[in-house]
Amino acid sequence: MDATRRLARAAAPFLRRVGTIVVALWGASVLVFTVLNVLPGSPAQVILGTQATPQAVRQLTAQLGLNKSLLRQYVDWVGGLLHGSLGVSYISHLGIGAQIAQALSVTGPLVLFALVIGLAIGLPLGFIGAVRHGRFSGSLIGGLSQIGMAVPTVVAGLLLVIILTVKFHVFPTSGFPGWSDPLQALRSLVLPAFSLGLVEGAILSRYVRASILEQLRSDYLRTARSKGLRVGQALRRHGIRNAAIPLVTVVGLELASLIVGAIVVENVFALPGLGLLLLDSVNNRDLLTVQDIAMLVATAVLVINLVVDVSYHLLDPRLKGQS
Amino acid sequence: MPLLRVRDLTVTGGPLTLVRDVNFDVNAGERVGLIGESGSGKSLTSLAIMGLLGEGLSARGEVSLDGENLLSASERRRCEIRGNRMAMVFQEPMSALNPTRRIGDQVGETLRIHQGLSRRAARTAAVELLRRVEFADPERYVRMYPHELSGGQRQRVMIASALSCDPEVILADEPTTALDVTVQRRVLDLLDRLVDETGCALLLIAHDLAVVSEVCDRVVTMYGGRVVESGSVAQIIDEPRHPYTRALLATSTALSVAETSSGANLPSIPGSVPSAGHFPQGCPFRDRCDRRVDACVEMPPTEVHGTRSLACWNPVDDSELVHEEAP
Repeated sequence: MDATRRLARAAAPFLRRVGTIVVALWGASVLVFTVLNVLPGSPAQVILGTQATPQAVRQLTAQLGLNKSLLRQYVDWVGGLLHGSLGVSYISHLGIGAQIAQALSVTGPLVLFALVIGLAIGLPLGFIGAVRHGRFSGSLIGGLSQIGMAVPTVVAGLLLVIILTVKFHVFPTSGFPGWSDPLQALRSLVLPAFSLGLVEGAILSRYVRASILEQLRSDYLRTARSKGLRVGQALRRHGIRNAAIPLVTVVGLELASLIVGAIVVENVFALPGLGLLLLDSVNNRDLLTVQDIAMLVATAVLVINLVVDVSYHLLDPRLKGQS
Repeated sequence: MPLLRVRDLTVTGGPLTLVRDVNFDVNAGERVGLIGESGSGKSLTSLAIMGLLGEGLSARGEVSLDGENLLSASERRRCEIRGNRMAMVFQEPMSALNPTRRIGDQVGETLRIHQGLSRRAARTAAVELLRRVEFADPERYVRMYPHELSGGQRQRVMIASALSCDPEVILADEPTTALDVTVQRRVLDLLDRLVDETGCALLLIAHDLAVVSEVCDRVVTMYGGRVVESGSVAQIIDEPRHPYTRALLATSTALSVAETSSGANLPSIPGSVPSAGHFPQGCPFRDRCDRRVDACVEMPPTEVHGTRSLACWNPVDDSELVHEEAP
């Protein structure tokens, strides 16, 4: 009895968050649909080219179901999504679901790879920067991270291509061989992942540094030292968890920005991922595919936020039983 | 040999000298009160003794525990002493406890560090320690987090943690200042009783002379980072010689309520404590002192007469003391 009530109380904020996500997704679907459908340019016209007769355009429009009312089209689309059907591409006549799944098999690993690189750079550098605060090595790390933050992902990517590929032929410049040869596949992801991860790592290191510094200056760290712990021990036992609370938000935001950044980087490196699919679909007025991808990215961002919120509750006992 | 010996302790932060040539002793089992307004260097003195000065601050001089100079000891050695032979209770119980660790873990931690207790044994010990600091239901409190406790309870947790390894000396930096007036008394009485029971020495930092006169054997008055007067409680309370000690005494609420109850303004020390580095040359108190003389532009030497030490060119003398007591 007591246990169920406690469980219900612990789950309440989670359920509330899920409710918020449902509402946000609905809002996103309305927004995406409206924006894409008020844009000028008929998909049928684009598909058939400028030479097409008005009759042929009308015919294709009817075939694609684009002569139905906007509300009807919206309901059909959302209804399909709810049933797990993403629809069929106007252009390739392939299932959009399969196309997106194919693209995700590139973008997913790319984003995760980039996140791992970002964490591998940001966490230790930020930590060292905080502990060596006020000394030369600490300032050096601070300066480097400033430069890292100032470089846009595209520039970082192009620089890596020029240095490592054109000059030293270490990695392939572009393209993706597919996962049949995992080693080759990973090799072709190294450069794009680095150009994404370097910048995120630089940003993250600033937050890590600030967060650890705050811990080092906290009263409870001094208390821990007054018990006989050395600075490093006190930081490990008392600082890390507290420092992680603000960092979880930053990592969540970075993950979201990596998904968006991947779209750009995939184009630089000609990777057949979500970004390339999105750009092609936009160019071809393949509106349904664009809508589906937009919804997918929105869902991913909202789910990341949910995970961030849940980890708050796991990390910070002060939030127990609160919304 | 005194248990804790502080000689010429000087704390500097960059170009500023924040504590200068501080000398005092704390004998085994003795309770010494360190008084002065905020900004007098009391807290810095205690942090320098613990070896926990913040970033950019450094201490020199001598701080000896049982003859061993801690300022020249290695950090490893200092860590063996901190929490074990020398413990500290901080002013802010709200921020001094880690918000994400359970009370039991934090109370038992010192025992785990110095006596190698297992997590479980430390938890059991923490229950007993909480019982000692008057928690009625310690088994429940060890599982709680700091935010679930009141300020007074948190300060009792800090005291329990400080006592855990049976230290030879406890430094308490204004342990009741941040608490509600209603619980100050209880926490102070508790500290008083436990120090009595364990026989450890106490360095109590306070700005309230009433508190110090009740708990301590001896008083050290600090102003402007210097010790200006020290002596037994009776000497300091009954016959303060330094104008600053006398002024502090006059402002101490509990001692002056009777005289001011007729609606007169509460007594205060004219002026305010300058910020660090802005004390006048010579005697730091001379700008605010009603007994200043020409000689005050130079720092007076500290003269020791028996149990009393005094650094003043124009101390309050006996005739005035008698005069003041008359209506």
